[in-house]
Amino acid sequence: MKKTLTAIALAMAAATPAMAELVVPNLSYRTGPYAPGGIPYADGFNDYFTLLNERDGGIGGEKVANPECETAYNTEKGVECYEATKGSGALVYNPLSTGITYQLIPKVTADGIPLYTPGYGRTSAANGKVFSNVFNYPANYWDGASVAITHLLSENGGDLSGKKIALVYHNSAYGKEPIRTLQELSKKHGFELVEIPVDHPGQEQKSQWLQIRRDKPDYVLMWGWGVMNAVAIQEAANIRYPMENFIGVWWSGSENDVLPVGDGANGYKSLAMHGTGMDYPVYADLKQYVYDAGKASGAGDQVGSVLYSRGMYAALVISEAIRKAQELAGTSAVNAAQVRDGFEALEITQDRMTELGLPNFGQAFASSCEDHGGPGNAMIQQWDAAAKKWNLITDFIAPDDEVLTPLVMEDSAAYAAENNIAERCN
Amino acid sequence: MPDQLLYAIEAGLNGLMAGVLYALVALGFVLIFKASGIFNYAQGVLALFAALTLVGFQNGQIPFAHLLNAIFGTDLHEFGWHLPAIVAIVLAGGVMVLLAIVIERYVLKHLVNQAPIILFMATIGMAYFLEGLGDIMWGADIKKLDVGLPQGINETIDSVTYNAFGYGFFIDNLDIVASVVAAALVISLTIFSQYSKQGRALRAVADDHQAALSVGISLRFIWVLVWSIAGFVALVAGIMWGSKSGVQFSLSLIALKALPVLMLGGFTSIPGAIVGGLIIGMGEKLFEFFVGPMIGGATENWFAYVLALLFLVFRPQGLFGEKIIERV
Repeated sequence: MKKTLTAIALAMAAATPAMAELVVPNLSYRTGPYAPGGIPYADGFNDYFTLLNERDGGIGGEKVANPECETAYNTEKGVECYEATKGSGALVYNPLSTGITYQLIPKVTADGIPLYTPGYGRTSAANGKVFSNVFNYPANYWDGASVAITHLLSENGGDLSGKKIALVYHNSAYGKEPIRTLQELSKKHGFELVEIPVDHPGQEQKSQWLQIRRDKPDYVLMWGWGVMNAVAIQEAANIRYPMENFIGVWWSGSENDVLPVGDGANGYKSLAMHGTGMDYPVYADLKQYVYDAGKASGAGDQVGSVLYSRGMYAALVISEAIRKAQELAGTSAVNAAQVRDGFEALEITQDRMTELGLPNFGQAFASSCEDHGGPGNAMIQQWDAAAKKWNLITDFIAPDDEVLTPLVMEDSAAYAAENNIAERCN
Repeated sequence: MPDQLLYAIEAGLNGLMAGVLYALVALGFVLIFKASGIFNYAQGVLALFAALTLVGFQNGQIPFAHLLNAIFGTDLHEFGWHLPAIVAIVLAGGVMVLLAIVIERYVLKHLVNQAPIILFMATIGMAYFLEGLGDIMWGADIKKLDVGLPQGINETIDSVTYNAFGYGFFIDNLDIVASVVAAALVISLTIFSQYSKQGRALRAVADDHQAALSVGISLRFIWVLVWSIAGFVALVAGIMWGSKSGVQFSLSLIALKALPVLMLGGFTSIPGAIVGGLIIGMGEKLFEFFVGPMIGGATENWFAYVLALLFLVFRPQGLFGEKIIERV
């Protein structure tokens, strides 16, 4: 019996990520009400690292391990996952949750580990002078809100004065993120902003959509996640709200959100910070080295979806930051502090995206000590219910930095004052 | 009529309809509590499991496909058929009966005459088990549920109210169907409970397990029966809610909407579940309409509980609940 237990213990020790040189924990959620969003993201994230391991032998010759820890999109569990995995030599965290991000910011800063939150998390973390260990490029929530308004401006000849825009949002730290920006933009452009919260999980939204039916806003923006998205789109279809005037953030723009609504979702729009689908050369390699080799993450049925693409994109940026860190440190076995430096010095050009097999998939950006947020550009995609696919209907649209930069500075300065943080990069 | 009044009436009517949907979930709780004295924590998960099974059958999904593929390296996904809704509903109902038998055989049978808290804890365990089982059997992705129920604005009500008041009321066709189904369920369950031999046996078991056994009532049969009926009610609730939002994990959280209904209507009254649902539904929608805008909105979740607690102050057993007097 003792021998058996010893053998099991040895086998388990051998299976732990301690064998790998580069540990990138995957704080995922494959269970709970937000699992339909968490699963494809986690699969895309894992599959990209598997591709690097199988095709290239890892990054700079070092294999990458992605130990998964289940957060169920629960902030307490997310923090537990962080505490449980940081001792394994974790190089970077990407928890796919704004709530978890808020809790981890002081922890990663104290522990010297970078936190990468593309398209989510604390927007003002874009200010690298205050948030040394947090990176949220290529775009954040405030960029998204601004891009949506810029898109509406372009549809209205540059004038939104007198228009009414409703924001339907998840009543959480995440959902409330764009409010401040939209309030500022409403002052600048003269539109009326109506804020309509929806409580977790958002299964019942009749009151909210009756209000929209009564108020008749010209446009509806949505900051939703999970079941809230599909229910909102269904309710919009029920009250015959014109779908082309309904725009969700990128977290409200996956197949999960529109497929359950069927034809009623046709024409619904959402922001997109990257391309989607399988028309990219990288998929040939993924097929050869990952899918056909039986090494796909999860059930392997999420390939090419919006959230799979986003998870893959996050993994790509992280792997490039590690590569940069290796280059800067002159060693392949980098530690978390060196990876943080890699994130700060990272530049991804379109040429590099093409080399990586994802031409025009995401925007080019360069990070710096001051700027951890990137350009913040986003596209608009529209759902075609008959073809069951998203079509990009705009090119990348730039956010209004004239409004956003002061907001980022104000919010980050307040955080710095609260936490006695001295500005860096001077 | 002033616009505000019209809007309030519309909100109230929609609240009544939403209340019926809450009541559908609450009914399952009442049935099991009434018959066995168990507060079934797993009722919301039963609705999720039933709806997942229904969609799985309808779409010809192979159960446990992901697990089988992972273990045996196969590439199984679907049988390749698409069953008519009615066949899928009957099959899903059959699975719920099987589930009731399994629950009785492997859980409840071993807990006869145990304290209610033990039985309650067992249902918590069942809830987590069924959540995981549903995930492994059918996957965690959002599934579209289409059993042919109408959805969207009811044109007749819209045009009639528009002609009468100059403002067309929005009433969802799905909510109307849910109301009819709920009414039919309540009537048939009330008749069953009050007038059938099995119904009387259910109530006897609820009063005292051992006394019921001593007069020849088969406790095991009654428990299978009541869990089967609760499973069927869960299937109906799963269909209604699943048609609104797709079938996914959040369906299990609709149980949270049923709790204030139970507190208000009483844990032992079938009509109480309906009346409680209507009061909660209308109360929360009207509160959201009148007070919500003043305090930032999103009041419905907590207001339902506040309303239930207010009722409890004056009537601890709920509106229709039985007053339990325990003599020491």
